[in-house]
Amino acid sequence: MLKRLGSPWSDHRAERLLGAVSLLVGVVVVVMVVFVAIHAWPTFQHNGLGWLGSGGNLSTQISAMGATNAHPPPSAYHLNAWPLVYGTLLITAVSVVLGLLVAVFSSIFIVELAPARLRRIAIPVIRLLASVPSVIYGLIGVLVLVPFVGNDIITSSEKASVQNVVQLTGAGLIVTVAILTVMITPIMIALICEALVSVPSSWREGAIALGVNPLRAILAVTIRAARPAIVAAAVLATARALGEAIMISMVSGGSLFSPKPIDGVVFLFEPLSTLAATIVNYHDGISAPALGSSLYAFALLLLFSAFVLSVAGYLIKLPLRKYQVRG
Amino acid sequence: MRSGPGRRSSPMTWRWGDRLALAFAWTAGIGLCVIAGAIVLYMGYRGIEYLRPNLLFSRPAPGKLQRESGGFLDPLFGTALLTFIGVLLATPLAVGSALWIAEYGRPTWLARIVESSIEVVAGTPDIVIALFGLAIFQLHLLAPLSFTASGGGVFGRSFVAAGAMMSLIALPPMFAATRDGLQAVPMHMREAAFALGKTRIATIRRVLLPSVRSNIATGVTLGVSRIIGDTAIVVLLLGETLRIEPQGSVPVLGLLRGTGSSLTSYVYENSPAGEGAAPQKAYAAAFVLLVFVLILNLIVERIGRSQSDSLGLTVAGAVV
Repeated sequence: MLKRLGSPWSDHRAERLLGAVSLLVGVVVVVMVVFVAIHAWPTFQHNGLGWLGSGGNLSTQISAMGATNAHPPPSAYHLNAWPLVYGTLLITAVSVVLGLLVAVFSSIFIVELAPARLRRIAIPVIRLLASVPSVIYGLIGVLVLVPFVGNDIITSSEKASVQNVVQLTGAGLIVTVAILTVMITPIMIALICEALVSVPSSWREGAIALGVNPLRAILAVTIRAARPAIVAAAVLATARALGEAIMISMVSGGSLFSPKPIDGVVFLFEPLSTLAATIVNYHDGISAPALGSSLYAFALLLLFSAFVLSVAGYLIKLPLRKYQVRG
Repeated sequence: MRSGPGRRSSPMTWRWGDRLALAFAWTAGIGLCVIAGAIVLYMGYRGIEYLRPNLLFSRPAPGKLQRESGGFLDPLFGTALLTFIGVLLATPLAVGSALWIAEYGRPTWLARIVESSIEVVAGTPDIVIALFGLAIFQLHLLAPLSFTASGGGVFGRSFVAAGAMMSLIALPPMFAATRDGLQAVPMHMREAAFALGKTRIATIRRVLLPSVRSNIATGVTLGVSRIIGDTAIVVLLLGETLRIEPQGSVPVLGLLRGTGSSLTSYVYENSPAGEGAAPQKAYAAAFVLLVFVLILNLIVERIGRSQSDSLGLTVAGAVV
């Protein structure tokens, strides 16, 4: 049989073999969605879609779930995970908006404004920022930024004002958003820079010839032409921000609390948690059926939102296709 | 600016809004460089402060004092083993799929399904992939791949489980790099081989694969850097024992079925988010991790220099 392997293969057999290998990847993805859905089903069965809403105290619900045995009663599956959904949406939206602003202007800087020497430094810097593992961002956050915010920025009167409800230790909204923005910006910069470079410079020069000042020419012509890439960058960054679990679990304070904007400045310092971070924080209890099913339900929601994001990105880019610049 | 010779418009004559935008662009660009420099310098400072050579070469041991609690040789070995398993599983899948998509690709609906699946895997958060790994490896069918408790529950956490999920993580960069390399090979090379009477598979083996060697190397390096930086899969799927605990007495299989830790989970556990007792060890391990990632980055840059785009930022999907 080995001799058969050594002799020249037929195209037919090779095509079948390679096709089977490719199909295996597709099968793995389908199996992934199916298995996560199966394990998440009990939560949906007992709560419908109401588990996304608010009501009740989430921490008591989750600790009650963790304490159940192998066959919990239906009431153990009760879940109102709105604080987590709210935390995820809040962190993701703010980080992506901030990151998009920073990314667009940094890309303009790298592609158009920077002198050659600075550009040669900036490009490896962006690559470096993109490849730093999230646990290192989390480590710097929890060992440097959180104590700094907790001790030097939050005043004791602010801590006292909410101490009946939640502890302000510095780990909270603003540290999480700051680090997450730094994490997702390099991804966006890479895509946007590539698109800016591929816009023909004659377009921009035409605008300058008409008397527009250089920066406005870039904003009005080059950035407009690179809009598909900006959309793609935003979609990619949102997917990354949604799925970030380890860094957020380290710096967000881990409390299942919804920060309230009414609290004023204290809102920035309140701890919160996201869907992905909660999965990491409570993964020890996954063998308890009620808690396990809730965690899988979070994972299913994340999967679903990643899918929705890519479809939304595709749909947003459709009307922008009339520009020739590749997105 | 890149406007070429001629009178440039000085920012002093612009409107305030445009001047603000210019200032913001400069601040954003330089600010990112400053942040990156601060991260590297701070990690370097802390790492040099806390990293002792004996940490690299001694095994973790339970002990009351920091001095006695050993180093992180086991997590280092865990990272290496996971990387090995992940790359071993992912490379044939990635290269095979890329070859099929680029060279064959019929029927078209199947090709679209395969490409979309790989995009789905690329966009899936690593925590979801870790949960999927738990769901799969806790099936009784796969009980031999990990530890089975006396009550009949399959533990589901082992080096095999984590390595298999790591291969899923590493698959998209490898696939993208290989496919882009194959698509960049000019058609006349294939046509010359066909004209000489070679079959398609023979041209793949003898002509195409050798010419995309550097793309495959880039893809593998990117995959490796994703694997060693990943924490969520390790925390969920590797059993979180400080030392490597083989399961059963068979030499290699026991190790694969066993639990352990990796550099990333070691950093996580030693930071205040985990047990929290040893931020110095966490800094030291994080410094080692960062050094590995930087070296891998340099390797990608070297390999990709010949085939990068104009800016070199997205070398075969390096950042994405």
